Amino acid sequence: MEQETPRPATPRGKLKVFLGYAAGVGKTYQMLVEARALKKEGRDVVIGYFEPHGRKETIAQTEGLEFIPRRAYEYRGGSFEEMDTDAVIARRPDVAAVDEFAHTNAPGAERLKRWQDVMAILDAGIDVLTSLNVQHIESLNDQVWHVTGIRVRETVPDWVVGDADEVVMVDVTPRALLHRLERGVVYAPEKAASALENFFTESNLTALRELALRQTAHQIEERREDLRLPQPVKSTQPLRPERILIWLTAHPSTAMLIRRGRRVADYLNSSCTAVYVKSAGDQAAIDRHLSFCRNLKIESASIESNDPAKAVANYARENGITQIYVTRNAPDVQKLVQLAKDIQVTIVAERKR
Amino acid sequence: MPAKEYCRPDPEELLRRIQTQEATEARGRLKIFLGYAPRVGKSLRMFDEGRRRKTRGQDVVVGAIQEKSVGDVEHLLGEFEILSSVEAILARHPEVCLIDELAKENPPGSRNPHRYQDVEDIRAAGINVVAAINLQHICEQQDAVERITGRRAIHAVPQTFIQSADEIVIVDVPPEQLTQHGTGTLTPAQLSELREVALLLAAQVVEHQLQVYMDAHGIMQSWGTQERILVCVTSRGSAREMLNSGARSAKRFHGHLLTVTVKTHDLERKDEEELQENLDYARQLGAEVHVLEGTDPITEIIRFAREQRITQVFIGHTQRKSWKFWEQNHVDRLIQAAEGMDVRIFPHAGVQPA
Repeated sequence: MEQETPRPATPRGKLKVFLGYAAGVGKTYQMLVEARALKKEGRDVVIGYFEPHGRKETIAQTEGLEFIPRRAYEYRGGSFEEMDTDAVIARRPDVAAVDEFAHTNAPGAERLKRWQDVMAILDAGIDVLTSLNVQHIESLNDQVWHVTGIRVRETVPDWVVGDADEVVMVDVTPRALLHRLERGVVYAPEKAASALENFFTESNLTALRELALRQTAHQIEERREDLRLPQPVKSTQPLRPERILIWLTAHPSTAMLIRRGRRVADYLNSSCTAVYVKSAGDQAAIDRHLSFCRNLKIESASIESNDPAKAVANYARENGITQIYVTRNAPDVQKLVQLAKDIQVTIVAERKR
Repeated sequence: MPAKEYCRPDPEELLRRIQTQEATEARGRLKIFLGYAPRVGKSLRMFDEGRRRKTRGQDVVVGAIQEKSVGDVEHLLGEFEILSSVEAILARHPEVCLIDELAKENPPGSRNPHRYQDVEDIRAAGINVVAAINLQHICEQQDAVERITGRRAIHAVPQTFIQSADEIVIVDVPPEQLTQHGTGTLTPAQLSELREVALLLAAQVVEHQLQVYMDAHGIMQSWGTQERILVCVTSRGSAREMLNSGARSAKRFHGHLLTVTVKTHDLERKDEEELQENLDYARQLGAEVHVLEGTDPITEIIRFAREQRITQVFIGHTQRKSWKFWEQNHVDRLIQAAEGMDVRIFPHAGVQPA
C-alpha cells in the first residue's frame, strides 16, 4: 500500500509473553488476570483471541472484557475461525490479549501464523499480552522431542520471543497439573485419559518445566544485557567474538543442526551464518533448509566447488569464522576436520530417542 | 517410546530405596512457594492454595504467618483456623498446615530454634505442609543476593531443606509490577537479577527431583536439559583455550563444567608438570576434575561422558604424529563413538592454516 503523506511513526506496542510448559498450567488465566488488572488501571483492553477450552475458571476471568469477534474463513467446505487482526487494529485499544501465540492459522487467512498477526498489532502501536508453551520455541524443538518423544509442529522462531519486552513464567508443579487433569479441569475426560497416558507423565512434565525455568532465566539475562553498556574485559586474554558458520547439506538432520547452531549462537552472543556448496544433489532439500534459516534470521551464502570440505574450510578462513557447525551425517566430515585444523569444528549430535 | 536403558539395581540398593520410599510416604508432603524478592506475592499464593484445598474438602489450618504481610492476606486469613505452636498443630493434627516465612527464628524456650525445624516435626507426624520463603533467606543464595542488593538477611534456611521439598513453585512476576507498587529501594535491574537467580535455583531443584525420579525408576538417560560440558585435557595442546571456552559456555548456558584426563604412565616429567598445571587451571575455573585410568583413552572418555550425561565434549587436535594407533586419529574415533553428544574439536595451539 502506498501512502501519500507520511504518518508520524507510531511507537511499537509492547509484547508480554506468559510462558508455560504444558496445557493447563494457567497461562491464559494469568494473561486474563493481567488484562483485567490493566483495565482496572484505566487502560483500554480488548480480547483479540481467546480459546476457552471449556475451562470455567478461565472463562470467568474474561468477564467485563470486550471481545473482538473472530473472523470466519471457508476452506475446502470447512469453516475456520481465526483472530480478526484488521478489526483488532481498527479498534485501536491500548492493549490486546491474544491467546495461543504459536497457533498456525487456517489456510486462507492473511498470515500463516498467529505470531505474525501479533507483530502486525504491535506495529500498530498496540500492546499485546500472549500465551506460549516452552515446547513451541523453535530451537528447543529437538530437546523437547528428545525428552517427550513428541515432535511439536507449531513453532515460534526464537527471535520473536527474544524481542518480547517481558517474559513471565507461569509455574505450577507437575503434581498439581496432573491433579487438574484428573479432575477434568484441563480436558474433557476421554481426552484427559489419553493425555495422561502419553504426554502428561511426571517425568515429561518435570523436564519441560525445567526447560521453561531455564528459558525464562535466559530471557531475563538477555534483556538485562541489552540495557547494559559494554563492560570492560576482565580477563587478561580477551576472548575473540565468536562467529559461527553452519554447513548446510541436503541431509535431513540439517534442521537439527540449524536449530542447535542458532541456539548456541544466541547463548554465546555470536553471529551465525549458513553456507552450502552447490552440487547436483537434492536442491529441494537445500531450499527447505535455506528457508528454515531465513525464518530463524540466519543469513546464508552459496559457494561453487568440486571439493565441498575444502571450500567450506576456505570460506571460514576468509570470513573470520571461529566455529564451523556440521552434522555428523554430512559427507566429508572427517575431511573437513582434517582440513580445518586451525578452526574449531563442532560436530553436532543427532539426538535420538 | 524412548529406548530407555533399564539398569537393575542390586538388592541392597533396592531395599534402601524401598525404606526411603516408605519413610517418605509416611511423612507429610512439603510444598514451597519461592519468591525472588519481598512483595512478589508468595504468601498470597500460599494462602490461595490453602483456600482452594479447603474448598476441595481438605482440612487446612494456618501454622504461622508473617506479621508484615497480614494486610495483604487479611481477607484470606479469616477463612482459616490459626494455631500458634507446634504442639498445638501436632495435637490438632490437620491434613494440611500453611507456614509462612520459613526462615523465622522461634522465641527462646520453643521446641526448636528455627521454624523450618518445626516443619520437619510437623511433616514427621504425617501432616502436609505448604510453606513460603524468599530467595534472600536461603543460606547458599545469600552471597549472590548480597552481591546484587548489598544487603544480607539475618536468618536463613539451608538449601538442602529446600531441596527436600516434594514440590517447589516459583512465584514469578515482572519487576516493573513490583516497582509500581513500591518495594523499597530495589531497582528494576536488581530485581531482574534476583529473579534470574531464583528461576535458576528452581531449575536446579527441579533437575534434582527429575534425577531422583529417574534413579528410583531405574531410568538411565541423558535428558539434555542442562548443558554438561566435558573438556578433555592432556599435557599438550590448547588446554587453556579449551578450558576458557568451556567455562564461558558453561556460564552462558548455566551448565556444568567437567574436565577429564586419562592417566598414562609414560609421561615425561615436563609433560606431567604441564598436565598438573592445566588441571589446576581447570579447578580455578570451577571445573569438576576427574582423572581416569585405562589403556584406551577414547573408550574411557566415552564411558565417563555417558555416565555423566555429557551434552558437549571438547577435544584438541594432536600436533605430533604418533606411532600409537589410538593417537593417530583419536579425534575421528571420538566423533564416531560420541553419538548423542556434540563434539567440538580445537586447533592445536600455534597451528597455521593449512
